[in-house]
Amino acid sequence: MNASERAESESFAKEIRKLAIEMIGELGIGHIGGAMSIVEVLAVLYGKHLKADPRNPRASNRDRLVLSKGHAGPALYAVLAAKGFFPKSWLSTLNKGGTNLPSHCDRNKTPGIDMTTGSLGQGLSAACGIATALRIDGNPATVFAIIGDGESNEGQNWEAGMFAAHSKLSNIIAFTDYNKAQIDGTTDEILGLGSLAAKWAAFGWHSAEVDGHDVAAIDAAIAAAKAVKDKPSMIVLNTVKGKGCSFCEGQVGSHNMPVTKEMAAEAIAKLGA
Amino acid sequence: MEATKEMRAVYAETLVRLGAADKNIVVLEADLMKATGTGPFAKAYPGRAINAGVAEANMVGIAAGMSTEGKIPFAATFACFASRRAYDQFFVSGNYAQLNVKLVGTDPGVCAAFNGGTHMPFEDLALMRAIPGLVIIEPSDPVSLAGLIEKAAAYRGCVYIRLQRKAAPTQYKEGGSFEFGKAKVLREGAPAGADAVIVALGALMVGEALKAADILAAEGKRIAVIDALSLKPLDEKLILEWARKTGKLVTCENHQKRGALGSAVAEALAESGVGCKFARIGVDDQFGEVGTQDWLAEHFHLTAPHIVAAIKGL
Repeated sequence: MNASERAESESFAKEIRKLAIEMIGELGIGHIGGAMSIVEVLAVLYGKHLKADPRNPRASNRDRLVLSKGHAGPALYAVLAAKGFFPKSWLSTLNKGGTNLPSHCDRNKTPGIDMTTGSLGQGLSAACGIATALRIDGNPATVFAIIGDGESNEGQNWEAGMFAAHSKLSNIIAFTDYNKAQIDGTTDEILGLGSLAAKWAAFGWHSAEVDGHDVAAIDAAIAAAKAVKDKPSMIVLNTVKGKGCSFCEGQVGSHNMPVTKEMAAEAIAKLGA
Repeated sequence: MEATKEMRAVYAETLVRLGAADKNIVVLEADLMKATGTGPFAKAYPGRAINAGVAEANMVGIAAGMSTEGKIPFAATFACFASRRAYDQFFVSGNYAQLNVKLVGTDPGVCAAFNGGTHMPFEDLALMRAIPGLVIIEPSDPVSLAGLIEKAAAYRGCVYIRLQRKAAPTQYKEGGSFEFGKAKVLREGAPAGADAVIVALGALMVGEALKAADILAAEGKRIAVIDALSLKPLDEKLILEWARKTGKLVTCENHQKRGALGSAVAEALAESGVGCKFARIGVDDQFGEVGTQDWLAEHFHLTAPHIVAAIKGL
């Protein structure tokens, strides 16, 4: 990324962050911590690497995304709204009865969502299925997947990990949002994950570890992953739960918390123009 | 009629046949391809048979993901694992996501035989029945199996298929039509009417029901036998019609008597206001154990003499 690309990407990330904070503040409660920590990777994907057309969200040549940590829906909704997959006015309907924007990603409710998620540990398997189908069809599209670190406690992720490596699903580029915090405590306190990058490499994946809030580092990692033709890729993002949100950055309790309109407004103001 | 062809061979053959015309049909296994018998499909269409290894949750998730791309996945494993192990995966990634996973649970109930209590699914249908909108079928013979698999492939939505692997006697003529939610009357009892009706589900219990009807026929009783075929949706209309006609109804399933066929029929009867004496043949709140299939069927009181006793007790 050159300087101007970086600036553009960071600006997009800021826009996403603001929309997500506003959306959760409008509702009054939400999964703000884990939404904030994936903003940069979403900005880099939808700003550069993930091919998708808002006017044709199920186009067969699109790249797919499985947000396996589905509770971070608000972050993805912010991106999709910014990109024009649906009207920005939808954002204020988050979690309201009958909404098209439920707390956890739903492929039947929201344009631009490829897979329904929410029960942790299932999305990477679905990504394997999508990738396998694309292979059968000779479709060169990429399947991106984002999993959580708490989510990585779920054994099914590792079933999928073995399968993807065994099947050489190099069309999978996955990310772990390693924000080091889950609900009841830090990941070290609840179920230590050690070196996730080493684990995924041991599972036969191309594995990398980057600062998850450095858009240029994320961009370079994706480019490197794309060049790998015989393995799936896992990019471990070292992130901060609640990053960029002044009232909860770095807080374990930010998984799901009350957010007033005032709190949201102040956090948004602090992000600057 | 003599049982000749294994049901699992019919399953595989049907998929191979359907898979020729529809390239989207794919098969998934969890290291039980040998047990399910889908080797012929893998041979005919290499690349369209996926083995997930001993990882049922992942297998079901893969099937769900494949179906988002228009594939028609038939994912099989022992019914105990299909239902208990991969339940949340089938529930969320398959059904809640409104996708197109055909989940096949093999070795139903006492058919698990020597694999014993850990592998003996007496509750898979009860679990599956609670999933909104899910179609649940248990074909009773090779003809209904082929017909219902074909229907499942053409249907847009999740299906749970209970599959006996061993051979089952043929009950239906080739070319018959099978529909979700439609039961079939195998025996009418007599032209003038029947004294009781047995509603049975699955090859084993349809067989026992027919034996029971024969035993009672020798005693001059006229017993109708209905093959439910589809647990969800259930052919309540036909079943209630026969409940009304006979006033005596016994359900038979290779499963707990609570939670599946017996319960579904009881619910329909109770709400219909039809006056009908009723009993359920099924496993009575017990875990499975090892034994031959015949020994187990007797041990759990599923056999014809028990059905006869239940009818006489009404």
